[in-house]
Amino acid sequence: MSLDTVARAESTPDVEQPYADLGLKPDEYERIREILGRRPTSSELAMYSVMWSEHCSYKSSKVHLRQFGDKQPEGGWPQLMVGIGENAGVVDVGDGWAVTFKVESHNHPSYVEPYQGAATGVGGIVRDILSMGARPLAVMDPLRFGPADAPDTKRVLPGVVAGIGGYGNCLGLPNIGGEIVFDETYAGNPLVNALCVGAMKHEDVHLASAKGVGNLVILYGARTGGDGIGGVSVLASETFDEDGPAKRPSVQVGDPFMEKLLIECTLEVLHAGLVEGIQDLGGAGISCATSELASNGEGGMHVELDRVLLRDPSLSPEEILMSESQERMCAVVTPANVDAFMDICRKWEVEAVVIGEVTDTGRLTIDWHGERVVDVPPRTVAHEGPVYHRPMERPHDLDALAANDANALARPRSPEEIRTTLLTMTGSPNLAAKGWVTSQYDRYVLGNTVLAQPEDSGMIRIDEESGLGVAISTDCNGRVVRLDPYNGAKLALAESYRNVAVTGAKPLAVTNCLNFGSPEDPEVMWTFAEAVRGLADGCLELGIPVTGGNVSFYNSTGDTAILPTPVVGVLGVIDDVERRTPMAWGPDGEIIYLLGDTGEDFAGSEWAHVMHGHLGGIAPQADLAREKLLGEVLIAGSRDGMLTAAHDVADGGVAQTLAEMALRSGIGARTWTPDGLDTAVFLWSESPGRAIVVVPRSEELRFTSMCAARRLPAYRIGAVDSGLGADTGHEGQQVLQIDDVVVSLDELRSAHEQTFPNYFGPALTK
Amino acid sequence: MARVVVDVMLKPEILDPQGRAIVGAFGRLGVHGVADVRQGKRFEITLDGEPTDEVLADLHRMAEELLSNPVIESYALRVEQ
Amino acid sequence: MRIGVVTFPGSLDDRDAARAVRLAGGDAVSLWHGDDDLKSVDAVVIPGGFSYGDYLRCGAIAKFAPVMTRLIPAAQAGLPVLGICNGFQILCESHLLPGALTRNDHLHFVCRDQRLRMERTDTFWTNSYAADEEIVIPLKNGEGGYVADEGTLDRLEGDGLVIARYLEVNPNGSRRDIAGISNPTGTIVGLMPHPEHAVEDLTGPTTDGLGFFTSAVRSLVKS
Repeated sequence: MSLDTVARAESTPDVEQPYADLGLKPDEYERIREILGRRPTSSELAMYSVMWSEHCSYKSSKVHLRQFGDKQPEGGWPQLMVGIGENAGVVDVGDGWAVTFKVESHNHPSYVEPYQGAATGVGGIVRDILSMGARPLAVMDPLRFGPADAPDTKRVLPGVVAGIGGYGNCLGLPNIGGEIVFDETYAGNPLVNALCVGAMKHEDVHLASAKGVGNLVILYGARTGGDGIGGVSVLASETFDEDGPAKRPSVQVGDPFMEKLLIECTLEVLHAGLVEGIQDLGGAGISCATSELASNGEGGMHVELDRVLLRDPSLSPEEILMSESQERMCAVVTPANVDAFMDICRKWEVEAVVIGEVTDTGRLTIDWHGERVVDVPPRTVAHEGPVYHRPMERPHDLDALAANDANALARPRSPEEIRTTLLTMTGSPNLAAKGWVTSQYDRYVLGNTVLAQPEDSGMIRIDEESGLGVAISTDCNGRVVRLDPYNGAKLALAESYRNVAVTGAKPLAVTNCLNFGSPEDPEVMWTFAEAVRGLADGCLELGIPVTGGNVSFYNSTGDTAILPTPVVGVLGVIDDVERRTPMAWGPDGEIIYLLGDTGEDFAGSEWAHVMHGHLGGIAPQADLAREKLLGEVLIAGSRDGMLTAAHDVADGGVAQTLAEMALRSGIGARTWTPDGLDTAVFLWSESPGRAIVVVPRSEELRFTSMCAARRLPAYRIGAVDSGLGADTGHEGQQVLQIDDVVVSLDELRSAHEQTFPNYFGPALTK
Repeated sequence: MARVVVDVMLKPEILDPQGRAIVGAFGRLGVHGVADVRQGKRFEITLDGEPTDEVLADLHRMAEELLSNPVIESYALRVEQ
Repeated sequence: MRIGVVTFPGSLDDRDAARAVRLAGGDAVSLWHGDDDLKSVDAVVIPGGFSYGDYLRCGAIAKFAPVMTRLIPAAQAGLPVLGICNGFQILCESHLLPGALTRNDHLHFVCRDQRLRMERTDTFWTNSYAADEEIVIPLKNGEGGYVADEGTLDRLEGDGLVIARYLEVNPNGSRRDIAGISNPTGTIVGLMPHPEHAVEDLTGPTTDGLGFFTSAVRSLVKS
């Protein structure tokens, strides 16, 4: 067995290296040789190949993502404490509190191994939040799958849900929201995006930098094993003889108990002031942690790789560097604090070992049993990766799609047709009740969950004394983005913004998970660029910054890419969670109002998809000024006690909103189509900028006056009525009445709640 | 170095929903004629020395107090030659 | 009125249990698993969570913790103990209560607002409730199916040791719909659902869970 050391690399410049197998292009390989002034060792090659991969370096997206930083108001964003570039963004929410949140993808692993892929996705994002110095407080999961009735969906969905629950529940983090969307383009490419939010006091914010020459680098948490190595094993065959290990798993396996210990241990060392810099180990493991810490700090670090505690003693240095074993963190600690740090680790039974120290050499050097195997400038690994300007081309079918007018589709007219459509729609997979999924998640742990699914946002209390809280929503309508990516991205932002405001919280910051097909496809790249441009413009207009996020490319099967899916997460703050607005309406007689204007907007709608299998037409146009106004009214209404309930209008239109509110309350209502509107348009058009609110009679005048003064259209569309059953031939039952259409809540509930059990099996046995 | 193996199974009267789910999976994968599946645990214990009577007595005690829950499980212990 | 709340590695609902104790008017005292010291508390709550990651079996490793070397004999001598969810599992593994908890029959983790009937309301932990009072508190578990042999089940029923029973839906396959049991003197109670998550209107489905904690405070005040 011959170790590929720096010395050997210097003396054997012409050795053929499998850089292509590791995903590097010839010009990238040449650049590495240029940077080093020699050929890379196999360890260095492994590091560069993973750190320069799309996933770690953002090489195809960097030039576009710049807009998030570039497009900002004069003087910057007042609420932003830590922006893009760190593990997660941090915003000031008042009272000395800072909140950090981020969403990330773990798509491809979840297709391979749904349970572990999803579980380790949760683990990874939680560690990102932890490494900012925050206590993780809640998780949310935007999920997308192939068609609900497809056999493979029956394999993937239950596994993913079990994995998220299995990991998150054991960590003790309430799951407060998310999405479940089905579409044929996600078959073979499920999207498992994981969000985490945490909070800390301003003074506890920590950054990932290695400062202070002579400070020690400590690796702690789980032992390092062969998880996730996959392709790097091609290097092992370079340096091992034929008796060496042949196969390494490409799936990472998570241990939530280990992560729970890691959380408690890390928070304790942070609060004891024992840490100078901290980084979690995610994709690219030790390679990433060391190069990023070094790059952000003094610029130099030395590591003794053989000090790393191993699960598998046969691992080669290349494999150790690339290992994606979960539940590991890296801390930079002064020599004086090491003992205290180790004491706390011992208390929590977390293994820890000093693996290196900060230097002033400007190089990252790594030794294996006294021999140098890595000697690189860390910036070139972590931050100066390739930057691509990929070719872009507007998709050729966009015009044809736009011309295929969804507003021309046959609409239900008679009461019978409306009634049937209502039941079909509320039972369709994207609109059906998600209780099958959400009941597998703990929503109660930590005792601060104020709103969770099916409410519009997930809301948690941050401060038990003052009642300060934050609310988060994640949204994206991939079909609309497909029709019009610039607008579609703005609309995703608008929907998430609206979902936060409708619960009474003021939107403050944005995170995003941009899920797209292959960046080597010019049409996908154009779509990506347009979506980013729309999101960046939208954020500027709404006055809320993107604080961080994630890009997932290569979500395609053969030539078929997924629907372009830029998931947008908005975080808002509420001074007192007691004032939040839930979605269930209350006692009899409360008045139901539709805020905002309804137009013929069936393009990309759920109705067009479910009832006609149709995708086409001109996408609704985002009107962010209107969204801002709507948000202000919703927040003022909430704060001043004018609203009993509120719910946004989005997928499935007003019909879906009314149905969900009725079912959540268990109380019926009488509603009617406003004058001048076609009933089908009223019920199923998906015009943005709308919400339904419920106002007590005593507040009606005050509320409508406020709307009029602010010029927000408000249409009286109904009243809560628990006595309708008797009048409509449903004695003793609660009913929802829309014009002449009457449906009992029992029938509506049945249609709405049977869908998931029908596809995925009963969740509970009776 | 000697090795002792302890197999722990749920007692027959205890419902084993995992085993039942596995029977279902057999069927879905086209394997029929499987009457039942019960799922258990196997512990492989490597000893420093020989499996003396004293050591085995300790292991039986561990099997009863730690490796299995006698309320719902039974165990079988054997020395591997 | 000092009520200890034990924290094992992996305990999750210890903070919530402490909050519930405080809301009920008691002093919550944190008890670390590694210390064999009960700090002279008047009663103990073993909270929910995944102690030791549920390795081997739920509660199987926790029962050997140093704090348990003190707690088990103290409980046998009359110290009141409430075991919630994982705490119930630990009480059974420690043989302070009969029976065992097994994997939910439908194999899923389930979190739901569960209706219960309070069937024994003269114990240290349940005297705030009226006889046969129906309450709704959250339930969240993957291994919550209570099992015991027929003889034990008959004895529990016959001696009135079932303190709470599931209504409407049996969420985990527990025998005879048993949600919680007690020892004969009513000082040791094991309960699968989580009363500590139903103590505030803001965050719980009801405040029905507070009764377990006010019962304890009331019992201590009386004695």
